[in-house]
Amino acid sequence: MVKIAQISCGTEYSGVQKEIEKAAATFGAEIIIPEADLDYIDEAYHKFGFNAASSSIRLMIARAMSLVEGKSDADAVFIATCFRCAEGALVRNEVRRFIQQNTNLPVVTYSFTERTKADELFIRMEALSTIVARKSLLAREKQEGLTLGVDSGSTTTKVVLMENNKIIGTGWLPTTDVIASAQEGMDQAFQGTGYKFDDVEGVGVTGYGRLNIGKHLNASLIQEELSVNSKGAVYLAGHQRGEATVLDIGGMDNKVITVNDGIPDNFTMGGICAGASGRFLEITARRLGVDISELGPLALKGDFKKSLLNSYCIVFGIQDLVTSLAAGNTKEDVAAAACLSVAEQVYEQQLQEIDVREPLIQVGGTSLIGGLVEAVSTVLGGMEVIVPENSQHIGAVGAALLVSGLGDTKEFGAKNL
Amino acid sequence: MKIAVFPPNSLILADMVERRGHEPLVIQKEMRKKVTDPEIDSPPFNITEEEPIKGLKYAAIEVPSGVRGRMAIFGPIIDEAEAAIIMEDAPYGFGCIGCARTNELSMYYLRKRGIPVLEIHYPETREETLEVINKINTFLDELEKQEGTDQSDESEGSKLEDDKTKEQGGNNHG
Repeated sequence: MVKIAQISCGTEYSGVQKEIEKAAATFGAEIIIPEADLDYIDEAYHKFGFNAASSSIRLMIARAMSLVEGKSDADAVFIATCFRCAEGALVRNEVRRFIQQNTNLPVVTYSFTERTKADELFIRMEALSTIVARKSLLAREKQEGLTLGVDSGSTTTKVVLMENNKIIGTGWLPTTDVIASAQEGMDQAFQGTGYKFDDVEGVGVTGYGRLNIGKHLNASLIQEELSVNSKGAVYLAGHQRGEATVLDIGGMDNKVITVNDGIPDNFTMGGICAGASGRFLEITARRLGVDISELGPLALKGDFKKSLLNSYCIVFGIQDLVTSLAAGNTKEDVAAAACLSVAEQVYEQQLQEIDVREPLIQVGGTSLIGGLVEAVSTVLGGMEVIVPENSQHIGAVGAALLVSGLGDTKEFGAKNL
Repeated sequence: MKIAVFPPNSLILADMVERRGHEPLVIQKEMRKKVTDPEIDSPPFNITEEEPIKGLKYAAIEVPSGVRGRMAIFGPIIDEAEAAIIMEDAPYGFGCIGCARTNELSMYYLRKRGIPVLEIHYPETREETLEVINKINTFLDELEKQEGTDQSDESEGSKLEDDKTKEQGGNNHG
């Protein structure tokens, strides 16, 4: 059983401790609490150098020190503090860095509220279990043989056919019926390659519809998006070593994942507001009478400062755009203002929750909108933003890459980690 | 009288209060009400998401859930208290509830209640310790006098006798 060390403050008093244990147990893992007696707490936090006012935060530091000094044994680490606690957030990040710099343990962090339920933690616990149980798989940096990756997203389905570390076919279409969409995406990917489904040595699936499609295709790898997208992003960006942040502004929701040597250690997902998603840009393009693919180049020519938006809202913000056009501003300026609006809101709602590390790898369909990429860099103070080739196929590429690590995958049958 | 102590899980302060014939209001009694699970490894008390929501009475929604969950347990004690002893700078072994913000809020609410409050610092030397014990005992005895003369001599006598037989002790590793 995978042993996950919990280093946290406030989980019991927030009523979420049982949810954490339930989430871990769902993926064959067990929560353990690293040992730290009273004398060791003082010794550890003095050594660490962070003079925290809360004794539970000092205990967190001591537990982290206990892991680093080998006084406690674990396979992975889950670090959590209360959402909106400044001291907790500071120590959560510093303890995360401390453990990563001094051990090889995979780490995932989280800030919780009393509303946090086990299913919100599933993807993190699944990722931790995967990292421990299949470290060699995630360490894979090269695709071999002929493999197929399917990413069944809530908005679009992406398919990639890879052969010996090269993408030889792609498919992309809006998701309707998950199985039918995957089938059509595969048809697109096989077109012109001379291969058919039976020639494929392994199938990897990810995304919202992964369980259905995985079962239907008898996929060798059925994997959550966190591990797969991180792997796909660092692979395509040629940044498999060191730290990076992966940003996917989706049609319906957004993901920000921080990675260390291609292995995810924290992520945040949003999706409450359409004003912070690709949907806002789709509506903007419609209002401007251009195709979504033209919005990016248009925005790059504009100046957002000339078109003021007073609201991030998909209703009132769009109304501001219309007013701005009526006042004589150009389509270019309005397109630039729309991109900045989305980037600012993603920054305020999500990027601030996470310890953003350079370089930032922007992926997903919206990464093809150049104006949005530039706006993201602007709100991050000019941070380097990499948009790799095939960035819209990130999940499918990650799945095709990882499944090739399973060797003769036909013998494995469907696996859901 | 019902006396709240801070740290709210200090067994030593609770014991001193009890020895002087008062009722200590401590967090352990509140936690005991929440234990429904016999497993040793389970959390020591069954807090659910309801407690941080109840804690909204003491702290607004933008306050971390851990603070509100703690206040849901300690808040009612503050409300019930007729007097309080606040000891600052105590080490964890003496008693603690783990969160500096909850400590600040709890002490503030105790002071704001308008009840008699004894403020002391954790003693570092033998002299300081004796002084603190004297202060606590004097404070508790004064409360008794303030409360009036309704307590009988008999109960006072038995309390003092009880005092002699009890050993001071108890520590809490919270």
